[in-house]
Amino acid sequence: MNSFIFFALLQDGVTTGAIYLLLAIGLLIVFSVTRVIFVPQGDLLAFGALTAASLQSGHVPGTLWLLDGMSALALLASLRHGAWRGAIAWGVYPLVLTLAARLLAPLQQPAVSILLALAIITPMGPLIWRFAFRPVADASVLALLIIAMALHFVLNGLGLVFFGPEEASAPALTDASFDLGQLNVSGQSICVLASCAILVAGLRWFFGATIHGKALRAAASDRLGARLVGIDAGASGALAFALAAFIAALAGVLIGAITPLSYDSGFDIGLKGFVAAIMGGLASFPLAAAGALLVGVLESLGSFWASAYRDVIVFTLLIPVLVWLSLRAGSDEERA
Amino acid sequence: MKTASSLLLAALAIVLVPMLLPAFYVTLAGYIGLATLVALGLVLLTGISGQTSFGQASFVGLAAYSTTLLTKLAGMPPIIGLLVGLVVTGSVAWLLGLITARLSGHFLALVSVAWGMSFFSLFGTLPLLHGFNGIGDIPPLTLGPLSAADQRVNLSVILTVVAIVMVMSANLLDSRMGRAMRTLNGARLMGASMGIDTVWLSRHVLVIAALYAGLAGFLFAHFQRFVSPTSFGLGTSIDYLFMVIIGGAEWLWGAPVGAALVVVLRDQFNDWIPRLTGRAGDFEALVFSLVVIVLLQRAPEGLLPLMARLRREKPVAHPEEVDDVTPASVAACVPPGAELLAVEAVTRNFGGLAAVRDVSFAVCANEIVALIGPNGAGKTTLFNVISGVMAPSAGTVRLFGAPSVHLRPHRIAALGVARSFQHVRLLGRRSVLENIALGAHLTGRAGLLRSMLRLDRAEESALLEQARLQAKRLGLGGLLDRRAGDLPLGQQRVVEIARALCVRPRLLLLDEPAAGLRLLEMQHLACLLRQLRAEGMGVLLVEHDMDFVMGLADRIVVMDFGQKIAEGPPEQVQSDPAVMEAYLGTVA
Repeated sequence: MNSFIFFALLQDGVTTGAIYLLLAIGLLIVFSVTRVIFVPQGDLLAFGALTAASLQSGHVPGTLWLLDGMSALALLASLRHGAWRGAIAWGVYPLVLTLAARLLAPLQQPAVSILLALAIITPMGPLIWRFAFRPVADASVLALLIIAMALHFVLNGLGLVFFGPEEASAPALTDASFDLGQLNVSGQSICVLASCAILVAGLRWFFGATIHGKALRAAASDRLGARLVGIDAGASGALAFALAAFIAALAGVLIGAITPLSYDSGFDIGLKGFVAAIMGGLASFPLAAAGALLVGVLESLGSFWASAYRDVIVFTLLIPVLVWLSLRAGSDEERA
Repeated sequence: MKTASSLLLAALAIVLVPMLLPAFYVTLAGYIGLATLVALGLVLLTGISGQTSFGQASFVGLAAYSTTLLTKLAGMPPIIGLLVGLVVTGSVAWLLGLITARLSGHFLALVSVAWGMSFFSLFGTLPLLHGFNGIGDIPPLTLGPLSAADQRVNLSVILTVVAIVMVMSANLLDSRMGRAMRTLNGARLMGASMGIDTVWLSRHVLVIAALYAGLAGFLFAHFQRFVSPTSFGLGTSIDYLFMVIIGGAEWLWGAPVGAALVVVLRDQFNDWIPRLTGRAGDFEALVFSLVVIVLLQRAPEGLLPLMARLRREKPVAHPEEVDDVTPASVAACVPPGAELLAVEAVTRNFGGLAAVRDVSFAVCANEIVALIGPNGAGKTTLFNVISGVMAPSAGTVRLFGAPSVHLRPHRIAALGVARSFQHVRLLGRRSVLENIALGAHLTGRAGLLRSMLRLDRAEESALLEQARLQAKRLGLGGLLDRRAGDLPLGQQRVVEIARALCVRPRLLLLDEPAAGLRLLEMQHLACLLRQLRAEGMGVLLVEHDMDFVMGLADRIVVMDFGQKIAEGPPEQVQSDPAVMEAYLGTVA
């Protein structure tokens, strides 16, 4: 391998690593607030990419009808409980969005398609929370995990119905590219890294400076305590899921412009995000970030040397990390 | 008589069912049997021990490929394939357990997803295994001159294995090891305090579940006589988990019920949904998963308990036994007055907060020492340091003369230290007797295999006898078959003390034993503790009830803000100005 190939692979690896980082962040937010291991995040990623792709080709995607359907159910449920405020959100938002999508889809503008895709996928997070997890919010982590797994199959099946088995590319924000010495750097890669940086900075601000962000952090560190000081567990769960869904959709439209995705590509990508999140011990953001970049680069190098064993390499990477976590768990605190 | 008739019934079913079923159903029943084996392993792993694996199908695959390579490509007899397959799956599970057993349950689940994916792609890419084309024409099962080329014979074999594994699992659950396994599910600390090596145990439960899966894999290869990676993917693993959830994860019978439902439903969905919707696709997985989600929300314990509730069990009447309070002698003989516990300059920090700061005191044989102090004084933290749950940040603890801070809780229990918990930690859904018998864990020696083979009966009955004795001693004789969680809080505390006494401790640590007790129960407890003291036991108790403490303790250690502020006999401590200040505020 010469240095040219190496740097090309490195660029690839860092770009996908940034995507894994986004997913790891989403997973950590949801897990620490609700204890749900959000397996279907990968499916939402695929939804995001394919929704943008289908809007870009001038179609109104099936995910919009899914959103409308779920919102209608949420609307009925809210009305039955006499919760008028929730009712307005679930009634007006999808209506406006459906109209907007019908009007704007024929324009086939990349930026419009991407924004619409984000607007369609993000509210699915809280809706999933509302119907799948909130009714059993106090169940064990394992029960929640199994529901999350089942949900993955549900979304996977719906993805096939909406988008068919074909691969599609999300619209690129830019097709510019420039040369850096020998290396050709694609503008989309820069966009991925920039979006990732903006998102991380935004989340830092959100969690550090806003009341909602602080409430989420409180709910994450002590669920009961947060409830006692008046932080609504249901609302913080919904917010965490909304963030995760937004992050997934964003990751989808970003990576979807680089690699074509099909309805079932999300799960594998999501799993790599898991590997990164586990490296952070499901608790630490900086460690998860390092893990994500490591996974991305290793995967990219691995696919050059031994492409068939790429996934095996990435998953085997978990073992030393777990040994370390395990030793740490053994030396301190609850030693039982 | 009952076992003989059920044995006969099982044998008849194993012979007759395969003969009477139409060919199509023979195959279906075979798959149900194989799935039941894997699901039984998951009942032990998930339902009983609270750990989830999304990688069981890869264990099935490891064993299936092992036997395929050995019998088809190397021409060896299937028995070699079976043995090698079991050794391979067992060792892989053991290694995986080695790296995950100390971590909390969801880590195992996530890692199992990773190893499931890894093995799946290995099966698909290793040239030796012919990739996704799979390997066909695997020889049928043979044993000497007998050959099982006929699917009906195969089904008989499968059903026999299922029956044996079922009985072995039931034996396991009804044993010392079975009770210990239940503590892995959310009560590890309690289990460890009773002397159970929880890390060892959770690793070995994973191995057992993997061996069941390996057994299924071996049979699968020779039953289907064709293997390919698609049978061992993540989706299949998740199906096994769904079976257990649907059937009822905590019940062995949930495994066959869930396996039958999932296999049959999948088969029907495969037939009907394309006909209804007019298109092929993942619909069947979609509908199926929706069913699972709704089921988990509405019947989180699975279908079996629902069905059992319909059958209405007759309540068994138990005569209130006359409690016999003859003291059981403490097993350990200690010279009277010997120092049992020495806490030496112990400090424990949490971040910047020193919960315990430079505390020293001792407990001797034939002595009751009370540890008192306002809330947040660091009493429970000190308890945790003594019982090995936490390591001290500085200082040391000596038990029976030897330093003990490096020992994990189960090793400390083995030294002869038993404890109760401030917040009662019982297996709420198990009987009082079972809960108390947990304390006698260390009295027994029988391991997993001996328990499965029912070679532990003499020991088990001695162990239960010990539990009954302690129960009687504490006035619980009439409540042995009640669910521990149904008792009022006071009695639950008494169950904890009975459990602790079952450890036959030389040193007894009680964290607020009198909280929630009625006056009579409290007097009974005080009387018992005096008796234990007379027998040579050392008792350290944390307590808030001053009347109880002052009348009982020989010596009192007072803590405030993590520091020891006074120590001495009750009268002296009561008049100590520092103590009065801590309890009543500054005396002006």
